[in-house]
Amino acid sequence: MYTLREAILAFKRSPLLTGLSAAMVGAALFVMGLFALATHNLRLALESVEERIEVVAYIRDGARNDEILLARRELLALPEVLGVELITKEEALEIARRDLPEFGELFTDPAVNPLPASLEVQLRPGRRNPETVERVAAHARAYPFVEDVQFGREWVDKLFTLRRMGGLTASVMVAAFAMVAALIIGAAVRIAVFARREEIRIMQLVGARDGFIRRPFLVEGAITGLLGGLMALALTYGTFWVVFRYLFSVAWIPAEWAGLGLLSGTVFGVFASGLAVRKHLREV
Amino acid sequence: MVFITLQSSVRPLIKLINVTREFQGTGKALDDVSFHIRKGEFAFLTGHSGSGKTTVLRLIHLADRPTTGETRVSGFSSDRTSRREVWKLRRRVGYVFQDFRLLPGRTALENVAFALEVTGARSTGIKPRAQRLLTQVGLASKAGSMASELSGGEQQRVAVARALANEPLVLLADEPTGNLDDRATRGIMELFWELNTFGMAVLMATHDLELVRKYPRARVLELDQGKLVYDSVKAPMVESSPPDQAQASTAGG
Repeated sequence: MYTLREAILAFKRSPLLTGLSAAMVGAALFVMGLFALATHNLRLALESVEERIEVVAYIRDGARNDEILLARRELLALPEVLGVELITKEEALEIARRDLPEFGELFTDPAVNPLPASLEVQLRPGRRNPETVERVAAHARAYPFVEDVQFGREWVDKLFTLRRMGGLTASVMVAAFAMVAALIIGAAVRIAVFARREEIRIMQLVGARDGFIRRPFLVEGAITGLLGGLMALALTYGTFWVVFRYLFSVAWIPAEWAGLGLLSGTVFGVFASGLAVRKHLREV
Repeated sequence: MVFITLQSSVRPLIKLINVTREFQGTGKALDDVSFHIRKGEFAFLTGHSGSGKTTVLRLIHLADRPTTGETRVSGFSSDRTSRREVWKLRRRVGYVFQDFRLLPGRTALENVAFALEVTGARSTGIKPRAQRLLTQVGLASKAGSMASELSGGEQQRVAVARALANEPLVLLADEPTGNLDDRATRGIMELFWELNTFGMAVLMATHDLELVRKYPRARVLELDQGKLVYDSVKAPMVESSPPDQAQASTAGG
């Protein structure tokens, strides 16, 4: 009861200082929020490109239907395969007519169909890497009725490299931003604790236990961190809204990321406060 | 002499045993200091600025530890009391400072109540008890005044009330009248004597010899450059007792 009351009173007694601390925490976490927003949208963009990765096995004319269906079943049984679609010669012609109207003249006579039938193999998310694509392609190539297999090797390699680099960059930047945020939060909370060092001294003077002295500051640190986190969330949402409304379509960060941001603000606040109080407790 | 005999029959409350406190760079703040303070005793700790008075009080309060030697206060030894246990000692030892150290943004009552709150007193009893303590130091009418609006003498009374919150056995006072005018000084000294009459030991550090001379019944310990050079209880044994101190002591005995 005392702990919570003192923590709340601290905000009332020096609203400017605690507000400023929360704002500093908010600013630090806002940078993280923006980064999260950018990372999330880049990831979504990459994923949508990756979804288009497929292995296409072109089938020789005259291949038997039961052979093709058996191959389809076998390919579908592979753990990395999400789905296999059989595109018949007729369907291929239909698609070509629809997608390539400029070559419409070539596809006018159904009796002359230069397009082969094919099996289009989609891979499961998370398995769309060059090794898996290569393996599935090799599997498809092994069927005697398969004339050729295409999957855009260079394209898959580039995409995968881009993804790996993106992941690494994001990890390094998250670590760097988190460190800067932690330092700023630490400094903000330290200032708030420093302003109340006299209270700490008096508490020690009259014989308060260290734990008792520490508790209101930890709660205050948590509240500062949480307020800063909420501020950062609001600012990030504001930025998202402006970009979405006036610039281009972006996706909002997943709820668990937002939750993690709030939690880390709170935890940082508690941790920084604990360290700052510890320093003052050791002075006397 | 009767005074000394009475005191010597009571168990020591504070013991300094060959205490030396050395600081890097500045040398010895205290040099092999030994003395006892008994329950119910009133003692002045005198000496020039920098003679080691505050260091003695800080060591007794376990805000600092001796480099060599030992302090024992109400069963708490500087050798055996860990940092985590210091709070237990501090509830038995009240402390007041020259600069009062009140929380300026709180009322007199809140300043006293704060000491009760943070030492775990039951919330329902805190306000009446703080009010009683303010009454005890003659400040009942100022309970609602902000600490920053009180006079120096009044602020020091609030500090004393706060120091009494945990019913300590001894009150340490570090130049408590240093910032006060004559009238306020008299008031604080009367308060200390009254507390002492009711059995509380008082150890008051002061450089004001005029003030010390006004209280000839009190024991006087004098420090000079970190050494205990005079103890009115053992006056005949001390080699270099200053004549004015010796006179004060004789008048008291």
